[in-house]
Amino acid sequence: MFKKKDKKKISGSEAVILSLINEGVDVLFGYPGGAIMPVYDAMHDYYDKLNHILTRHEQGAIHAAQGYARVTGKVGVGIVTSGPGATNAVTGIADAMLDSTPLVVISGQVASSLLGTDAFQEIDVVGITQPITKWNYQIKRAEDIPEAFAKAFYLAKSGRPGPVVLDITKDAQFGEFEYEYKKIDFIRSYRPLPKTDYTQIDEAARLINLAKKPMALIGQGVILGNAESEALEFLEKSDIPAAYTLLGLSAIPSDHRLNIGMLGMHGHYAPNVKTNDADLIIAVGMRFDDRVTGNLDKYAKKAKIIHLDIDPAEVNKNVYADVSILGNVKVTLPLISEKVSSIDRSEWLKEFQGLTNIETRKIIKKEINPSHKKLSMGEVIHRVSQAFDDDAIMVTDVGQHQMMAARYFKFKQTRSVVTSGGLGTMGFGLPAAIGAKMGKPDRDVVLFVGDGGFQMTIQELGTIFQSKIPVKVVLLNNSFLGMVRQWQELFFDKRYASTELINPDFQGICKGYHMPSELVESRDKLDSAIKNLVEHEGPYLIEAIVEKEGNVFPMVPAGASVSDIRLE
Amino acid sequence: MKQEFTISIFSENHIGLLSQVSTVFTRRNVNIESITSSESAIHGIHKITIIVFTTREQIEKVRGQLDKLIDVIKSYVFKAEDVIHQEIALYKVSTAAILESDEVERIIRKHNARILEITKEYTVVEKSGHKSETQELFEKLNQFGVTQFVRSGRVAVTKLKKELLSDYLKKIEDEKTTKD
Repeated sequence: MFKKKDKKKISGSEAVILSLINEGVDVLFGYPGGAIMPVYDAMHDYYDKLNHILTRHEQGAIHAAQGYARVTGKVGVGIVTSGPGATNAVTGIADAMLDSTPLVVISGQVASSLLGTDAFQEIDVVGITQPITKWNYQIKRAEDIPEAFAKAFYLAKSGRPGPVVLDITKDAQFGEFEYEYKKIDFIRSYRPLPKTDYTQIDEAARLINLAKKPMALIGQGVILGNAESEALEFLEKSDIPAAYTLLGLSAIPSDHRLNIGMLGMHGHYAPNVKTNDADLIIAVGMRFDDRVTGNLDKYAKKAKIIHLDIDPAEVNKNVYADVSILGNVKVTLPLISEKVSSIDRSEWLKEFQGLTNIETRKIIKKEINPSHKKLSMGEVIHRVSQAFDDDAIMVTDVGQHQMMAARYFKFKQTRSVVTSGGLGTMGFGLPAAIGAKMGKPDRDVVLFVGDGGFQMTIQELGTIFQSKIPVKVVLLNNSFLGMVRQWQELFFDKRYASTELINPDFQGICKGYHMPSELVESRDKLDSAIKNLVEHEGPYLIEAIVEKEGNVFPMVPAGASVSDIRLE
Repeated sequence: MKQEFTISIFSENHIGLLSQVSTVFTRRNVNIESITSSESAIHGIHKITIIVFTTREQIEKVRGQLDKLIDVIKSYVFKAEDVIHQEIALYKVSTAAILESDEVERIIRKHNARILEITKEYTVVEKSGHKSETQELFEKLNQFGVTQFVRSGRVAVTKLKKELLSDYLKKIEDEKTTKD
């Protein structure tokens, strides 16, 4: 008889750290506090394997983890304490849920004997985060840590990705047990990859071959599925023009001849107008968000719809699909490509070009080369993009500058965009840029941020200084909450209710945080400032004072049809 | 057109699952008419039965979201005619009212109800059936004063030969084996 070898017992806290390392985590973002102190204590022995970035607020930690996940495709990890630590993380978790970002968020919790007693810093984290997580779980025994972590990482990254919260009571962190880690790739109640119906592939190919005016809509599913080359192959073989959603941005190169621009409220003119002219829409890994579709009763009424998605609940949710193809688009797109004929659709493409020319003349040229004295957002973004050879990672906050950045920044490679789409979280940008740079240290990371959103998480400048994270920041300052002001101008009779900001001296703030920066108030200073931004080693910020009452156009007004997009 | 649907949800028996399930309905503004929850015929698997009035389109979206919950194994939607269902109701009436005339006894016999307990003060009557039947008995008995009335959620079985879930479980276990 073999004698069972005695394994060394370790604490739950150390098990947390080892489980993270077993899952390939090498950086995490967090903020310590009472109920998570044992885990931080255990982490102290593992700094050679695990780089912990101390943010200035838990919201920043989660957004940083999101930025990291979005550019790497890996699971982002955030760690916070109980009570206020966890509630501060909620915005980031919700943001990750809506944008399908793989996260594991670890929160400390009071000891299990105190649960339900309104103990100090006790809050029902599992209850609060239940509707905004893919899965969450409270760990009350040290022995449950390995399995819960294995399940959390598997769930976060498989199928349609999303955030997972693990709430660990303090006694589980202290408890000792024999640690053993086994990765998980099967849960009987969870089907990450739905079955593909092959008859639907045939039907899709048939419709594509028959279509005179087909249009593809590229969503984030293409990026999450690493299906960029499969998408391009499909588009090129069938010669189908492709528009993208905000989160699908950078999946196909900006200058590709089939790339016809962005969909939706502040997207491009041609794809919005042509949506209602197309006879076939092929939606690839996108979910027909209301910002994309405008008024659903007047959306794509002439078109048959082919919907490819990994999440069965998205099919027929907003727009009825004539053909639905479930599965990872990386697998399903080639099946369709195989069956479609090479058809020359240059006449149909020309129709897009005609509309694009109108937009270029009426909007883009004026935005890039404005006649007014003040700088415009579009021209700053355009010049910054060029200065980085159209090949940087673009991070944005939320608002006018976000839409401008999506419109005027250009891309050569995928996973180059980090922006808050579904939740539209102001304050997302600065911490997300930190995470993006940690994820891709070899690429340039440029953040565009407005003066409103900047002040929501401005304290993360401290994180940039302490952890020496060389992000490039372009602050587009119009002294307004610009997007709300634009709506007030257009739909509320110019009654600017609480949208004007009396701002602090941002240069002084940068100085306080040791952030090298410069102020650009006139056009003749712009190029040299951008040069400094690009060339400066380490973080750098330029604050561009832009036109106060600039508007983002084109625009599909709320409730209007996409083809009623306004050019002015 | 709104109609009655019975939704059978099979799930792992985890804490908080009922709240996750009910949130799916709440968020889409679908009112739950009745809900019951207990262990199913398959060991270790929980079954929740929910009755709602809504449209076919809406219930399909709800079903999609239910299946998306990690701990839900599978959910099935049935129209009223696809299931055999039953509810149970308890009525508390004063014993004096029963003794005063034959009428109460006649009602109980007619409705195929039965008496569970008699004390000096009160008598508890039990009736199982569809909601309309238990409601009718309530109205009859209430003429004599019902001091307490409670009706359970619906339990239902399908008109199919066996539970759909056992086939489904077999299928995914087979998939797992091929994968291994």
